Amino acid sequence: MTVVTTLPRTDAETPVRRRWNGLILPAVLILLWEGASQSGIVDARLLPSLGVVVERAWTELVAGRLAVDVAFSLARDLAGFALGIPVGLALGLSPTLDRFVGPTFNAAKQIAVFAWIPLISVWFGVGEAAKIAFIALAAFTPVVVNTWTGARSVPRDLAEVAQVLTLNRWQTLIRLEIPSALPSIFVGLQLGLIYSWLATVGAEYFMTIGPGIGGLMTEGREHFHMDLVILGVVLLGGIGLGLNQLAHLLETSALRWKRS
Amino acid sequence: MTNLELDRVAFEAAVADQPDRRFGAQAGGRLAGGLRTIAAALIFPAALLLVWLVASLFDLVPAQILPDPRLVLATFQEFLETGELAFHAEISLLRVLQGFALGASAGLVLGIAMGLSRRMRELVEPLFLVIAQVPSLGWIPLVMLLVGIDEALKVIIIAKAAMIPVTINTGKGIGNVPRNYREVGEVLTFGHWLTLTRIVLPASVPTVFTGIRYGLTNAWLALVAVELLASSEGLGYLMVWGRQLFQLDLVIMAMIAVGLIGFILDWSLGRIERRLQRWEAAGA
Repeated sequence: MTVVTTLPRTDAETPVRRRWNGLILPAVLILLWEGASQSGIVDARLLPSLGVVVERAWTELVAGRLAVDVAFSLARDLAGFALGIPVGLALGLSPTLDRFVGPTFNAAKQIAVFAWIPLISVWFGVGEAAKIAFIALAAFTPVVVNTWTGARSVPRDLAEVAQVLTLNRWQTLIRLEIPSALPSIFVGLQLGLIYSWLATVGAEYFMTIGPGIGGLMTEGREHFHMDLVILGVVLLGGIGLGLNQLAHLLETSALRWKRS
Repeated sequence: MTNLELDRVAFEAAVADQPDRRFGAQAGGRLAGGLRTIAAALIFPAALLLVWLVASLFDLVPAQILPDPRLVLATFQEFLETGELAFHAEISLLRVLQGFALGASAGLVLGIAMGLSRRMRELVEPLFLVIAQVPSLGWIPLVMLLVGIDEALKVIIIAKAAMIPVTINTGKGIGNVPRNYREVGEVLTFGHWLTLTRIVLPASVPTVFTGIRYGLTNAWLALVAVELLASSEGLGYLMVWGRQLFQLDLVIMAMIAVGLIGFILDWSLGRIERRLQRWEAAGA
C-alpha cells in the first residue's frame, strides 16, 4: 500500500559503468539463489531454482488467463475514475457541497480501504461485482481528493475574465474550471491507478472467484508450490512497475501542457 | 512537487482547516462560526443515519445486509463494557507500533545510508525500488510459507509497509540538503559526525517526517489487511468473525474503530509535524 516514485532516471553524464552498479546486488542475489537451490543447501521445495520459476511462468502465461485478468483489472479502475472525477468536481466547485458533504467524505476516507472488504463481500458477493466495487472504491478516494483540490483552486483573475466575457455556467465549466483543475485531476488519476492496483492485488485474496495473480499465489501457498508464489511476487513487481511508469507518463504529459 | 507531496498537500487542504487564533471581541464571532461549521458538517451524516434508521425500521433491507443502527450502537456499548473492543484494539495497535518501529528504524538507517553515499545509492536503490513495487500484500504468501501465520508474519509485513516510504523520503530529504549548509560545516571545520548530526539531519527533518507519517499510514493499512487474512485477534479479526457470522453490526463497529484509530494515529503525527514546521519556519 505504498505510493512509490518511479525508478531513478540516470543523468546523461552518469558514466555507463555507474549504471551497471545497480545490477550488482540483484546479480549477486540471483547467484546466491541459484547456488543455494542447485546445491541443495536449501530444500528445493522452499527455494526452487530460477529455471523452475521461469518454466512455470511460461506455462501460466500460455495456458492461463493472466494477461486477460490484468487487462480486466485496468478496466475496473475506470469505474472508480468515472465516479470519482464528477464527485470531486462537484465538491470543489460547489461551496454548499463542500460544507455539507465534504466532512463526511473526509471522515469516511479515514477508514483503511481494506476494512471495507467484509462489508463489500456481504453486499456484492465474492465475484466480479465485488471486485469492481472494491477497486472502484480504492480509486475513488485519491481521484476525489485531488479533483476537489484542483477544482477549488481556480485562479481568481481567470474567473474574472470568464465573468467579463459573460460565459454561461456550462461554458465556464468546460472552458475554465475543468482545464484549470486538470493537473490535479491527473495527479488523482495517477494515484488512483496505483491505489487501485494495490486494491486489485488485495481483492484477489478475498474475492477468489476468477483467475488472477493473487489467486495464483494463494494456490501456490496452499499446495506449497513455492515456484508459483515466487512467480506471483515477480509478476506483481513487474506489473506494478509498468503501471507506475504509465502513471508517471500521464503526469509528465499533463504538466507539459501546463508549462506551455 | 512529487506525487507524495501533492497528495499530502491535497490531504492537508481537505482535512485540516485550522481556524486562526484570535482574541477578544473577534473570538466570539469565530466561535459561532466554528459551531456553525460543525453543525453544517453534521447535517449530511445525520440525514444518512435517518435513511438508515428508516430502512431498518420498515425492513426495507434484510437485517443481514444492513443491520439496525440501534443494534450497532448496542453492540458497541456491549463491547466497550466487556472490554473486548479495548482488547482487540490494543492488540492491533501493539502490532502496528511494533511493525512500524521496526520498519521505520530500518528505513531511517537505509535512507540515511542512501542519502549520504552516492555509491550506496547506486548499488542499492534499483533493487530497493523493484522490491518496493511489490505491494505489501503481495509478500504475504511468501512470508507465510517462511514464517507461518504467527505474530512474525504480521510484524514483518507491517515493517515492510512502513519501511518503503520512510526510506524513500529519508534518502530524498538528506539528498536535498542544500550545498550551502554543508559548506557552513566545512567552514566551521566540522568532522563527519558533527556535519551529520548538526547540519544534515536537522535540515532533512521535514521530508523525513513526511516519510514517517506515510509510513505509519501504510503500516496501519497493512495491519488491517493482514489481520483480515491471517489472525485470530485484533480489529481485522473482529471484522472477519462478524462477516462469517453475518453479524454486520460487529463489522461496522470494527470499521468505525479502524477509522478512528487510523485518524488518531495520523492526527498525532500531524500535530508533531506542525510543531516541527513552526520550529523550521522560525529558524529560517
